[in-house]
Amino acid sequence: MFDDFFIRALIAGLGIALVTGPLGCFVVWRRLSYFGDTLAHSALLGVTLAYSFELNIALSVFIISSLIALILIQLQKKTNLPGDALLGLLAHSSLAVGLVVIGFLTFIRFDIMGLLFGDILAVTTDDLLIIWTGGAVILLVLKLIWKPLFASTVNYELAEAEGLNPDRAKAIFTILMAAVIAISIKMVGLLLITGMLIIPAAMARNISDSPQKMVLFSIIGGLLSVLLGLFSSLEFNTSSGPSIIMAALVLFILSLLNIKQSIKLKN
Amino acid sequence: MSSENSTLVKLNNAGFKQNDKWLVEGVSLTVEKGKIVTLIGPNGSGKSTTAKIALGIYKNIEGSVEKYTNKIGYVPQKISIDWTLPLRVYDFMLLTENIKDEAIDEALTLTGVIHLKNKNLGNLSGGEFQRVLIARAISKKPELLVLDEPVQGVDYTGEIALYELIKRISDTLNCGILLISHDLHTVMTATDHVVCLNGHVCCSGSPMDVAKNNEYKTLFGEQASQILSVYEHKHDHVHSDKGEIKKN
Repeated sequence: MFDDFFIRALIAGLGIALVTGPLGCFVVWRRLSYFGDTLAHSALLGVTLAYSFELNIALSVFIISSLIALILIQLQKKTNLPGDALLGLLAHSSLAVGLVVIGFLTFIRFDIMGLLFGDILAVTTDDLLIIWTGGAVILLVLKLIWKPLFASTVNYELAEAEGLNPDRAKAIFTILMAAVIAISIKMVGLLLITGMLIIPAAMARNISDSPQKMVLFSIIGGLLSVLLGLFSSLEFNTSSGPSIIMAALVLFILSLLNIKQSIKLKN
Repeated sequence: MSSENSTLVKLNNAGFKQNDKWLVEGVSLTVEKGKIVTLIGPNGSGKSTTAKIALGIYKNIEGSVEKYTNKIGYVPQKISIDWTLPLRVYDFMLLTENIKDEAIDEALTLTGVIHLKNKNLGNLSGGEFQRVLIARAISKKPELLVLDEPVQGVDYTGEIALYELIKRISDTLNCGILLISHDLHTVMTATDHVVCLNGHVCCSGSPMDVAKNNEYKTLFGEQASQILSVYEHKHDHVHSDKGEIKKN
């Protein structure tokens, strides 16, 4: 009924949605959306390096994104610049370096659009393996650091005072962010990965009254977005990334109706 | 040393410097099991800083901190919670440790906010939130409680009841309490040991000793002598009050 590439894209997309759901909640809670953007922008450099040295794309993106996150932490300690300025600095300079390096790689045919917005044709069986095993590891680690990470998200000093080691949890979470970007770059594209993290979580916030519910709805929202997005991408021959994000946006708009209703009920 | 068995946290000549300015320096104090140590002093005298040093929130300190327990309950003075989080009172109670439902209900009942258990944390009033904070800290059955102005924003009758609760918890759980309070009256009646801060330890000892101390009088001025008389008066009152409760 469907082509193999579409089935692969579907399996890949659903795997990604399972991971971006819970991680996206923390991105929203900790106000890290611009941080996610910065890591995603730096992913272009990771992709070009992967082509230059014939590395695995996900691995290369993971290494470069983690490196950028490390540099950010050092800059935050050593300079007096505000956080958003540092993020902008790293995002755009790593993007620029990535684009310049692409210019030198004239011997390789680049699908820039695919890189920026995702390409379902590009997903191979190897990618599926990376997405699902990588995703499983990310979720497992997130479960292990959930308590300290969540407690310090609510209040850093309470977590620190009561012995939860929030700094370690934060460092591990940063690595998880780099990892989720690495596994989803082919599918969603580097300009839209942050949308995949934020929009389902934002939708979930509108219909949740507890953190557990928000994580659950965020995952469900992400899965639905992938399904709706990929089918419409096939139907209308659009890029997979934008189609998935648009589906997520539709769900978000629907969740706004719920807010209006609950306000009406209160009155 | 025999005292080490009951010692929960010990500050040795501890201090903390931020931007080349000492927030507090040269503080030595010990909190033992079943004892209440209270920090008093004017604004900016380093009370909260001392508590954070004891808790290990501040890392690069002068002097040293010896901590003999990891079961700690903390009620901070200021707490800013981001309301992008959907968080009920119930979720907040489980923040740093998985506590049994019965223990949660018990703690919320003790602080008089059990009816708020499933309410969103963002919808509570200041006093209600403060009661939840205390409930969360005691529900863990900690060995050490650090309470930084725990009853701020609580109505007057509630304030007295909560201080009585804190005293009772210290007795029943045999936990040590490091208390920061502006309410000198409470300090003088419920505390075992008082440390009077003003950027450094200006005096310390039993409530009576501190109340008679000249430095304390200079620091608190007129109020100090009033409290002294209040203390001597209230002392009898509280004792008879407590006797009644025990008889019941």
